[in-house]
Amino acid sequence: MSTTPSRSYEPDSYRGSAVIGKSVVIKGQILSREDLLIDGEVEGGTIESQEHKLTIGPNGRVHANVKAREIVVLGTVNGNVEATDKIDIRKDARLVGDIKTARIVIEDGAYFKGSIDILKPEVRTAPARPAAPTAEPAVPASATAPGAAK
Amino acid sequence: MIGERLKAWFRGGSQPSPPPVPQAPVSRPAGGAVRPRAAQNATAYSRRSPGLEQFFYILRDTAGLSILDLSAASQANISFITGLGHRIYAEDIMDALDSTYPPERFFEAQQDGALNRQILDQCLNFPAGHFDGALVWDCLQYMKPPLLEEAVERLHFILRPNAYLLAFFSSDERAVTVPRYVYRIADARTILLAPQQHRQPSQHFNSRHLERLFGRFQQVKFFLARDNLREVLVKR
Repeated sequence: MSTTPSRSYEPDSYRGSAVIGKSVVIKGQILSREDLLIDGEVEGGTIESQEHKLTIGPNGRVHANVKAREIVVLGTVNGNVEATDKIDIRKDARLVGDIKTARIVIEDGAYFKGSIDILKPEVRTAPARPAAPTAEPAVPASATAPGAAK
Repeated sequence: MIGERLKAWFRGGSQPSPPPVPQAPVSRPAGGAVRPRAAQNATAYSRRSPGLEQFFYILRDTAGLSILDLSAASQANISFITGLGHRIYAEDIMDALDSTYPPERFFEAQQDGALNRQILDQCLNFPAGHFDGALVWDCLQYMKPPLLEEAVERLHFILRPNAYLLAFFSSDERAVTVPRYVYRIADARTILLAPQQHRQPSQHFNSRHLERLFGRFQQVKFFLARDNLREVLVKR
């Protein structure tokens, strides 16, 4: 275990994620299929990590629209932000843009300017089971749903 | 003294009285500038807010409204407003004022029309009738004319007809500086007030001033609280 103090953001929770380091500048679109930590600079376009967690580290500076399952902001974001699950804006973070999310946590000391729309969780309807060949009259798919979505 | 306590007890019923607001040492900086002071020995307290109660009573039956909150974004306010099914727009106008006007010339700099336009464009730049309600809290009492009138005019513009605005003003006529609070909504009728610092208000706002200030609005209603705050509910 190293005793050297580190200034970078290295919580356990992002181990195994892709990392954009603090000296990296990206201009353009990012599409991630795994958890992603941005501790560098991203300009323009969009950042999408639809089914995954996206963390903007304390050194991260993002000028783009962001979409992910879960978003944690410790740095600076200028752009609209959409999280299907949760947005967590930490102390000293700065977010200017509109937020759409199911849940939001904002710590005192965070700067936020923009609107917040809370998305209601989608009511998941069970997919219709393929109808078994039968002579009986067809039953509407919704009526056959209980127990089907496992 | 005892008579006052008895009167307060009868008036307040079982509700605890807010703690006395600590007064900052009287000090008027040159040129009417603002000199923030830490509110010594000040503790946060909650109390019933009749203005807030009426504000949310009016909004209770409709979901999906847009509410403007002119304080620093807070979990309590966001959770409460979005929990009612409304959309909240957070805009920390005091932060914008403090970062635009130099502290030593805070009120003098508010005579600069270009700076005022910059502030209003930055903080209150929305389409006509965009909001169904505005929680202005106490920020208007730190604005001096002409910025004050221009800010109220913008609020009139961005609120839809029949929308409500809630603002707080110090009712202490003799105070040179007044406590600046962070306001957190505890529930539909209770606010938590956390004193942050003492600041000099731009002027004392009595009922007549306020009626004149909100002259273009349909209705102005006052609620005087025991902690020297005048709650003002205004109908667009």
